[in-house]
Amino acid sequence: MHMADALLSPAVGGTLWAASAGTIAWCSARMRRELDDRKVPLMGVLGAFVFAAQMINFTIPATGSSGHLGGGLLLAILLGPHAAFLTIASVLFIQALFFADGGLLALGCNIFNLGVFPAFLAYPLVYRPLAGRHPGQARLVLAAVVAAVTALQLGAFAVVVETTASGISALPFAGFLLLMQPIHLAIGIIEGLATAAVIAFVVRARPELVTAALAGRPAEQLPLRGMLAGFALAALLLGGVVSWFASEHPDGLEWSIARLTGETELPQPAGRLHGTLAEVQEKVAVLPDYTLRPGPAAEPAGRAGTSLAGVVGGLATLALCALCGLLLKKRPRRG
Amino acid sequence: MLAIDGNLLDFKRLDLLALKESPVHRLDPRAKVLTTLVFILCVVSFDRYELAALLPFALYPVVLLALGDLPAGYIARKVAVVLPFAVMVGLFNPLFDRQVLLQLGPLDIWGGWLSCLSIVVRALLTAAAAIVLVAITGFPAICEALERLGMPRVFAVQLLFLYRYIFVLADEGGRVARARQLRACGTKGLGLRHFGPLVGHLLLRTWERAERVHMAMLARGFAGEVHTRRQGRFGAAEGAFLLGWGSLFVALRLYNLPHLLGQLLTGN
Amino acid sequence: MSHHIVEVNQLRHVYPDGTMALRDVSFRIHHGESVAIIGANGAGKSTLLLHLNGYLTATAGTIRIGDHQLSRETLAEIRRTVGTVFQDPDDQLFMPTVFDDVAFGPLNQGLDVATVERRVADALERVGALELRNKPPYHLSGGEKKRVAVATVLSMLPEILVLDEPTAGLDPRARRQLLALLRDFHHTRIVTSHDLDMVLELCERTIVLHEGTVMADGPTLEIFGNDALLAACHLEKPFAMQGCPVCSPGRQHPLPLPQRPLVAPHGDGLHDHDHHHDH
Repeated sequence: MHMADALLSPAVGGTLWAASAGTIAWCSARMRRELDDRKVPLMGVLGAFVFAAQMINFTIPATGSSGHLGGGLLLAILLGPHAAFLTIASVLFIQALFFADGGLLALGCNIFNLGVFPAFLAYPLVYRPLAGRHPGQARLVLAAVVAAVTALQLGAFAVVVETTASGISALPFAGFLLLMQPIHLAIGIIEGLATAAVIAFVVRARPELVTAALAGRPAEQLPLRGMLAGFALAALLLGGVVSWFASEHPDGLEWSIARLTGETELPQPAGRLHGTLAEVQEKVAVLPDYTLRPGPAAEPAGRAGTSLAGVVGGLATLALCALCGLLLKKRPRRG
Repeated sequence: MLAIDGNLLDFKRLDLLALKESPVHRLDPRAKVLTTLVFILCVVSFDRYELAALLPFALYPVVLLALGDLPAGYIARKVAVVLPFAVMVGLFNPLFDRQVLLQLGPLDIWGGWLSCLSIVVRALLTAAAAIVLVAITGFPAICEALERLGMPRVFAVQLLFLYRYIFVLADEGGRVARARQLRACGTKGLGLRHFGPLVGHLLLRTWERAERVHMAMLARGFAGEVHTRRQGRFGAAEGAFLLGWGSLFVALRLYNLPHLLGQLLTGN
Repeated sequence: MSHHIVEVNQLRHVYPDGTMALRDVSFRIHHGESVAIIGANGAGKSTLLLHLNGYLTATAGTIRIGDHQLSRETLAEIRRTVGTVFQDPDDQLFMPTVFDDVAFGPLNQGLDVATVERRVADALERVGALELRNKPPYHLSGGEKKRVAVATVLSMLPEILVLDEPTAGLDPRARRQLLALLRDFHHTRIVTSHDLDMVLELCERTIVLHEGTVMADGPTLEIFGNDALLAACHLEKPFAMQGCPVCSPGRQHPLPLPQRPLVAPHGDGLHDHDHHHDH
């Protein structure tokens, strides 16, 4: 499931933006050092492939409904963690812009949930040890399914944590968790089967593609590093959540995040972009309104008293917006 | 598989809107990207029960829609696609949150309903902002803006390549799916047994294409670095756009305009 | 002007899987010549072209372009001298706009912005695509894509133009436009194609490849007149030389007329022919 702007608070959205931006910066720096310029077009074209592949539905065995490939694990197997992460992030970026899938603030969450887990945890720590160098059919399926399930369970868990921490949805943590995890267990199994089906074909047709991806980075300590990065980011996320639970006021989180992003200790020096973002976010987060407004639950009567004014005013505002649009629309045609 | 072609056409249409000429199209993309971010942050920073104060924010997408001469119906349809999801999540709120927050005549309104509607309005506003941004800026310009704002070059290049080849590969994927469907003789759906080879084939062709693209790049002197021309200048118009909208958003965030307006109209 | 001679000497290429794609190919192309390399599928044409800009490395033999022998050190210089237009313009046009794509080569050469702008404008002007400069490549028609692909190479001011199947996938009008364009170039041109009518129009000299060896090398008309050679290499005469099956019934057509299906077997060729050929 994609996280959505509408469910996010700026603090949670901002934290995950920073985490994802940091990971992107780290992976980009790594790709630069790697100097394999074949990967420049390859990553882009494979990202486009994921788009195309997502348009092809298959029937889910024994259910009659249909599913499609997610692609995260497949990319990790073909490209290795860093390039795969950047490719997944770019796919999500385009989905956010063109299909408003999630939204721009939620993009940070989505890149984290759907990128970090498959690329830096599920692939190096689950898929590779299970599959080994030359997996047989059964082993390949097993490895892909377990890896995909792991990635999706973690992703779904992250969605629940992010939603609860944001406090826009009233879903209780445990209830939401019970809803999300089983659904994503099913999705994970399907994703694993689909990934295994594609990889099995590639292994038969052009084995060097899959083995080259492995051989290109043989005894590197990649899994360890990926694991550390993943855990560091997960810790950052959890830290944010815990501080929210610990404090009575949402403002407490606002401040702790502002402090965090102010003296950033992210895995990678923060780029200019999220420096700017953090600034903007800080400004919004400390808008006096947060503390000035009386707690809604505390003063229901006060709210109810002005509700008629709210409804009338709201309708009037919308009418004014529409009027503005109409007036502006006419002008260029006359001119 | 008509859905594939439909999706692609839809995508192309949004992309073509960015080629229009208008005052907002001409602005430096950085101004538009930053303004959109301020907009989204202001919208999502409201309290979960806030509804009325969110409405004036509709002004931003509406004004850009008009200035950019965008087809309102098409943009509205694209925005409406996000509705089912927002409603689905939002509908849980009335189940869990039943404290009465508002009275509208004889009606007691639960907090859950308020926050549910609030979620829907947020979803519409943020989706509209994102889609209008693409329609008046265009994807490559957004990438350029983000790169100039600090996004790593490697990632910017990745985005551009991805974007370029979506059009090519969606076509290719569509052809593969159609060819299969025409020989499926009415059997519904594609089993996993055939999915693997079908998508695997597409993957191999994609891989070969990447090799050919790389070849074409090398033939033109590519040495690991993709250079692009940077155009656009952050001038007075851009500053005014960002500052004007930015301060409006902050003002709307601080003062509940519909309430004030409503008080004025109802004489409360 | 021995300056831009292309000299291929005993070139051999064996692919990693053991397929010998080129067996001791040798030829010499002089400045300003327009040469076609033809052959059936799998004859080795593409492999040969990929050697000319150093993408593939020869298993044995040498290639000289102008004063330089192809090697790691001269690669950059040779890629500047030899401009390659690939078969599928979607592979060649990878940047967000036509301008960026045509500027890609010059920017890689490290030229300053003003020069790049001028080069791009000149190149687009030459292919008649200046008005497309701000368009993204995926909104272009097939013919436009092809012309822009040629411009991406022209902007690097190559001395030798290498074109792989330039007319593949073009409709008759786009094909004609492209031919008119190519005819005006004074570069040394090396073209591979299955479109032998194009070869007849564009190239005075033809090299025939068959299973990796040079079967013939000579004036185009002479080679197309050699029926035995063409048959041995799985090639067929260009339509312009076959005689028209519709208006000259006296001539022998490869297929007996009564049995001809309603749609001509070479539908495209017949169309292209369009009954305006000069007898």
